[in-house]
Amino acid sequence: MSAHSTYQPSSPFLKWLEARLPIMGLVHASFVDYPTPRNLNYWWTFGGILSFMLAVQILTGIVLVMHYTPHEAFAFRSVEQIMRDVNYGWLLRYLHSNGASMFFIAVYIHIFRGLYYGSYKAPREVLWILGVIIYLLMMATGFLGYTLPWGQMSFWGATVITNFFSAIPVVGDSIVTWLWGGYAVGNPTLQRFFSLHYLLPFVIAGVVVLHVWALHVAGQNNPTGVEPKTSQDTVPFTPYATVKDSFMLIAFCVVYAWFVFYIPNYLGHADNYIQANPGVTPTHIVPEWYYLPFYAILRAIPNKLLGVIALFASILILAFLPWLDTSRVRSATYRPLYRQFFWIFVAVCLGLGWLGSKPAEGGYVIAARILTAWYFIHFLIILPLLGLIETTKPLPNSITEAVLGKSAGRPSLKAAAASPEHRG
Amino acid sequence: MTTMSSAEPTRRDFLYIATGAVGAIGAAAAAWPLISQMNPDASTVAAGAPVEVDLSPIAEGQVIKVFWRSKPIFISHRTKKEIEAARSVDPSTLPDPQSDEARVKPGHDQWLVLIGICTHLGCIPLAHQGDYNGFFCPCHGSQYDTSGRIRRGPAPANLPVPPYQFTSDNKILIGATA
Repeated sequence: MSAHSTYQPSSPFLKWLEARLPIMGLVHASFVDYPTPRNLNYWWTFGGILSFMLAVQILTGIVLVMHYTPHEAFAFRSVEQIMRDVNYGWLLRYLHSNGASMFFIAVYIHIFRGLYYGSYKAPREVLWILGVIIYLLMMATGFLGYTLPWGQMSFWGATVITNFFSAIPVVGDSIVTWLWGGYAVGNPTLQRFFSLHYLLPFVIAGVVVLHVWALHVAGQNNPTGVEPKTSQDTVPFTPYATVKDSFMLIAFCVVYAWFVFYIPNYLGHADNYIQANPGVTPTHIVPEWYYLPFYAILRAIPNKLLGVIALFASILILAFLPWLDTSRVRSATYRPLYRQFFWIFVAVCLGLGWLGSKPAEGGYVIAARILTAWYFIHFLIILPLLGLIETTKPLPNSITEAVLGKSAGRPSLKAAAASPEHRG
Repeated sequence: MTTMSSAEPTRRDFLYIATGAVGAIGAAAAAWPLISQMNPDASTVAAGAPVEVDLSPIAEGQVIKVFWRSKPIFISHRTKKEIEAARSVDPSTLPDPQSDEARVKPGHDQWLVLIGICTHLGCIPLAHQGDYNGFFCPCHGSQYDTSGRIRRGPAPANLPVPPYQFTSDNKILIGATA
């Protein structure tokens, strides 16, 4: 990934291996030697946490499949069997179901970190778009997995989401029948969802490799948004970033364990402990918490097709962010106006999430419409305009100057004239 | 790769095009079964045959639910008041204009047969509820009247009437077109 490496094979075997497959050198260059900006804060530790969560989900998922039966007649019972009979089955299932929530908490922090510090701007557009693709795959995987216990929320969630495609004119109904493998959500649907739920995490892992590759080509952004210019501005990944990432990972795991051991069903729905019944829809149907803002956008629009389009547009618009934000300054630290709009945007997203959990009636719908409008205004009007009208604060000459003050920054002034895109 | 461009097609050009064409047709032929296998299989299609329902036990004002092709079918034995309510509105003022007469079989005005799936996102509406005392979808608040027509909410269309026919005065065959 990173071309230069000081890796020296320490044994004859490693020397032999390195000459045939330079994998240890690659690992060394990417995760030991790799120069990382010296000013990274804790918001930069969530990439590592996300990799960890992906590994946890794959591992717990693989063992759950050893006990789960993907069939409409047995799925619900096999999940109950995991909970009651399988050794530590309750723990493995709670790790997996709460793991999905923790995965999404981490990815939302990771995304908002990128939004605040302008991590999507040149030369990191491809890195950002790969991240949006991972996020989309995560949403698909989470949805497919939620169907598998075959509870009431599983069944009706699957029904509502697959019906999004019925909004497509002319061919919509045929597409939905094709997705279901029947005339309604049923056993064929469950079996294909299971197959895809098993597949997608490995696709995510593949895109994560591309994401990390792109990261190591462009280099990490940092809280100043100023590219590292001298070796003074960076520290080696190991031990500095490794230790910082590890500390935050363990802290994150404490929160994760708190959910798993003390409130394992807090983020779920009681209705999903009732077996799927194709004849009765639960009176209050809501998706998992991590989809709520998008669900609120869907319901805010009183037209079926436009509602579905708005829902998909609200996610896909993220992919165009590098070109919608016209400001050349990356970090919100030096963008006083953007910083305010960023926090308004965070509040709007949280507000949409709250509204998504409320029934679609009266004042809730009006509020959801206002916030939905603001969501799109933020991307389509505010971000392009801000770049043109905002007076940004002066940027520091270097990361070192930002961290240690002017005097320490002096030696790097000369290097600042060099191409900022060039990485050491 | 040929370095000179000639107007005359060569045997090499022919080989390129032939190889590409056979490859493309082969890829399409291989993709077809992979896509087609996801459609309903023969047993699902066979299980979608018409079902007969005896209407005689259904009391006036009662709505029953039967299944046809895994879809809930509402059979409503409507009261005079419900029929009047459905016929007192001008169909042209409705979001999905359709007269009540067009949604029932002539001479069987009291029997309303509907696919009980909300046309918004597929939830099952509740009978005798909502502002029009017809059907109300709990998921996203769509309101249907006593003829199953959409009156308010996000659903774009009326509850569809499945194909059915009266085989006698008290029996209907759902899934069969007369």
